[in-house]
Amino acid sequence: MSFLNKSIKDLQEQVHTGASTVEQTVQASYERIREVDEQLQAFLTIDEEQAKNKARELDQAADKNGKLFGVPYGIKDNIVTKDVRTTCGSQFLKNFNNPLYDATVIQKLSEAQAVSIGKLNMDEFAMGSSNENSSFSPVRNPWNTDHVPGGSSGGSAAAVAAGEVAFSLGSDTGGSIRQPAAFCGVVGMKPTYGRVSRFGLVAFASSMDQIGPITRTVEDNARVLEVIAGQDHHDASSAPVEVPAYTAALQGDVKGLKIAVPKEFLGEGVHPEVKASVQKALEVYESLGATWEEVSMPHAGYAIPAYYIISSGEASANLGRFDGVRYGERSKQAKNMIDMYFMSRSEGFGEEAKRRIMLGTYVLSGKNHEEYFVKAQKVRTLIKQDFDQLLEKYDVIIGPTTPTAAFKLGEKVNDPLTMYAADMLTIPVNLAGNPAISIPCGFSEQGLPIGLQVIGKHFDEETVYQTAYAYEQATDHHKKHPQLGGVGE
Amino acid sequence: MAEITKEEVKRIADLARIGITDEETDMFQQHLQAFSDFANQLDELDTTEVEPTSYVLDMKNVLRKDEPAQWTTQQEVLENAPDQQDGHFRVPSILE
Amino acid sequence: MNFETIIGLEVHVELKTNTKVFSPSLNAFGSEPNANVNPIDLAYPGVMPTLNEEAVNFAMKAAMALNCEIATDSLFDRKHYFYPDNPKAYQISQDEKPIGRNGWIDIEVNGVSKRIGVHRLHLEEDAGKLTHGVDGHSLVDFNRQGAPLIEIVSEADMRSPDEAYAYLEKLKSIIQYTGVSDVRMEEGSLRCDANISLRPYGQKEFGTKTELKNLNSFAFVRAGIAYEEKRQQKVLLSGGEIQQETRRYDEKTKETILMRIKGNADDYRFFSDPDILPLYIDDAWKERIRQEIPELPDARKKRYIEALGMPAYDAEILTSSKEMADFFEAAIETGADKKQVSNWMMGDLSAYMNKHLKELHDLAITPEALAKMIQMIADGTISSKIAKKVFAELVDKGGNPEVIVKEKGLVQISDEGQLLEIVTKILDENEQSIIDFKNGKGRALGFLVGQVMKATKGQANPPLVNKLLAQELDKR
Repeated sequence: MSFLNKSIKDLQEQVHTGASTVEQTVQASYERIREVDEQLQAFLTIDEEQAKNKARELDQAADKNGKLFGVPYGIKDNIVTKDVRTTCGSQFLKNFNNPLYDATVIQKLSEAQAVSIGKLNMDEFAMGSSNENSSFSPVRNPWNTDHVPGGSSGGSAAAVAAGEVAFSLGSDTGGSIRQPAAFCGVVGMKPTYGRVSRFGLVAFASSMDQIGPITRTVEDNARVLEVIAGQDHHDASSAPVEVPAYTAALQGDVKGLKIAVPKEFLGEGVHPEVKASVQKALEVYESLGATWEEVSMPHAGYAIPAYYIISSGEASANLGRFDGVRYGERSKQAKNMIDMYFMSRSEGFGEEAKRRIMLGTYVLSGKNHEEYFVKAQKVRTLIKQDFDQLLEKYDVIIGPTTPTAAFKLGEKVNDPLTMYAADMLTIPVNLAGNPAISIPCGFSEQGLPIGLQVIGKHFDEETVYQTAYAYEQATDHHKKHPQLGGVGE
Repeated sequence: MAEITKEEVKRIADLARIGITDEETDMFQQHLQAFSDFANQLDELDTTEVEPTSYVLDMKNVLRKDEPAQWTTQQEVLENAPDQQDGHFRVPSILE
Repeated sequence: MNFETIIGLEVHVELKTNTKVFSPSLNAFGSEPNANVNPIDLAYPGVMPTLNEEAVNFAMKAAMALNCEIATDSLFDRKHYFYPDNPKAYQISQDEKPIGRNGWIDIEVNGVSKRIGVHRLHLEEDAGKLTHGVDGHSLVDFNRQGAPLIEIVSEADMRSPDEAYAYLEKLKSIIQYTGVSDVRMEEGSLRCDANISLRPYGQKEFGTKTELKNLNSFAFVRAGIAYEEKRQQKVLLSGGEIQQETRRYDEKTKETILMRIKGNADDYRFFSDPDILPLYIDDAWKERIRQEIPELPDARKKRYIEALGMPAYDAEILTSSKEMADFFEAAIETGADKKQVSNWMMGDLSAYMNKHLKELHDLAITPEALAKMIQMIADGTISSKIAKKVFAELVDKGGNPEVIVKEKGLVQISDEGQLLEIVTKILDENEQSIIDFKNGKGRALGFLVGQVMKATKGQANPPLVNKLLAQELDKR
């Protein structure tokens, strides 16, 4: 049984009609993993025994009405699971097998009767755009294994694209859901900051981190967000805003929808074939009765430095807790307390994590705090104003998700600034807090997927989904799947 | 334009409690310098009248009632410790 | 050259909320190590803080009692430093927008009143406890991690160790009145650091200051400052310079000892914590808390003097703690003589507490029992001397003084015939004393009174004994 052409709804129907059991569905997931994951390296930890027990339990359950009953899913490894190793892609947590609590999203998915298949590979502590910063192994792009799957939720996007799971959870601080979703040809949603509880998401940049679903279709995506969204008393920054029935709103009607297309999103650095795909998508929207206008976001070009200052500053604080005192690895060499810190942190963190900690410590230190950190926070205000002003006039903002399709492994790894530029189109959204989705909108000459980004107003995921759904239904990019392990079309 | 010296890189590594080799010092000096130069483009913007954004949502007073809840036991939390003794987490002393 | 001493104090007070300030773990003293911790306190990956409403209320209450302006917009910040007792490597504190600012405390030293400024008061979390071992290891207990603390920073308004002492006494008393903390230094629920500098009289700029730590009682604060005052004077007079440094008070040698030299200012890399949303304290919230603040020591003292006619000295001591003042008021409510109640409380009761290091609530005596006992002295049922025995019983075991007097047969002998018999017997047995008395030796009378009291186990009515002795000596 292959998942690739099956929606979450299809999978659930199979079980409800008796065509399949949850156990068989879960079994299919593991079979696919065995088939392709040696190549992809999407999974860091799988717990087949636990998942199968859970599946059997669900097959016997009296109540089978969970919104995600029997659906197998994967979890980015920076989302804490009580009984399953949580590594954040870091050597520091390679033996962190018993984190003692479940993230709120995991509890919600469990209540919805979804079945966790395992933990997904990622750039260490979610810092990276290519998954080459995983301290375990880089993940490969299912469309072409010489290419990166994007990052930091590279494992989450690759696993969904390759049909290893029905959906996965990623996290997005500067594009970490949308960029790999674009690179792998799947649907990735970064909800509004505050829409999904961050409790149990290992913090990278607390003022921007959000958990979101990665799926093969827009409808699947809406279905998962419906379950995981909502205020949580463990996360003070989760908003007391009601969660609408996103799936119920999907109609494919975008007549009269007003679209803004910032010229900065199609400017320098954006590959012509990406521009062309976006242009074609806009034509589709026009044909569906929507209108679009070219607009300007004057401060978008300053997003990268502002983002790296703020996110690294916050990360330097958030990663201070990894000290080898209470959990994780302590350097065996450490003979005194000072050594314990310096050696454990030096051995536990990879190069990119160290670079961000160094950068973050630098921008917060002494007078740099005012010159860099506060300055960046002020620029953040300007960028947020850009979004607010546009979205007063327009329903959504549309542009590409990434300036290019997936690049090759090793291509940018030695040049941090070039790597940082890969996120130029996703980062402004995190600074402003808005919801944004990436959906497939075509392929590069090399046959690699290209993503379209739809950005909405705060807490208006509904319109974002509507807009994405209309395009998806009018096109068939989402029906194409990577040729891998002999399956696909 | 701030010039970032090796001493500054070492001071930052000390603050961040990260042991770095001479090679890494050189590398981070380069990277920090490049980033600092890159970040200077923010100075093109006049932000004197702009309020910094620390919180992207306009929410206030999210408070918890003063009611206890216990999730873990002493034994559970100590099982994850790299080193423990008599119900405590154990660390090497300040001096060898 | 004469120097003026400039003193500022930083006081940390632990708030007695049920739970910690940023997690629902129990905020309790004296539990098994690491029993009152959860993943939030241990800074597990992914956990988030949630702000305890009661801790904010308590901080506001304390700030109001110290006459602070309460901020309308207040923020929590991360203060970064690495230490094994600081699990996140940042402490959640308040930097630029504390809950309270610009308050004051009025103190009195040698009859002179002075107003000491309170620069700011902010809410933060306590750290865990690190015990330095002997075998090359240290042990960490995180029970205290996350306990709510308020830090109260005075202005550098104090000029002598006695003023610092008076400030602390008053601060403790005010906080205790508000009920937000036990303010027990021995349990660490009140901690104090002192900043001391000297400057030549007439000079405007402050001199370089040193910070004094490890001050485990108010007396040590006073002694430590006094020592530091002399030390700095010596350095300055010999042409030296004061280093900006942190020093520790050694209780054994009564000296201050260098801990570390503060180079450049600490680099705490503050920024506001994205996980804790800003506080907006509107007038209604402020008013609600203001209503909960009881009459504070200064107001109460004034009432005792003006409305109750108590001497200023008594009023000061009785109102120094809310417990004392409440006890006093409960006792006089039964109609007992105010001055007598005050005397017993300031005298025997305080002496007992000081001697046994106990507080009023540790004692078995009730205000009603003390009042009754005083009544029994007034109506001659017991003598003042016997009352001391009754008092000892009341303090230790409690109970009703009437029952105690009855059961122990402590009723005063006021029967003239019975006493005359004893007096006569004593005089018969002590002829030498009679001769001494006649020769003008006053001490002899005292001796004879003592013998009578001894013969009656102290139960003889003293004025009656005096009267009878005088009468009988006259006859001889």
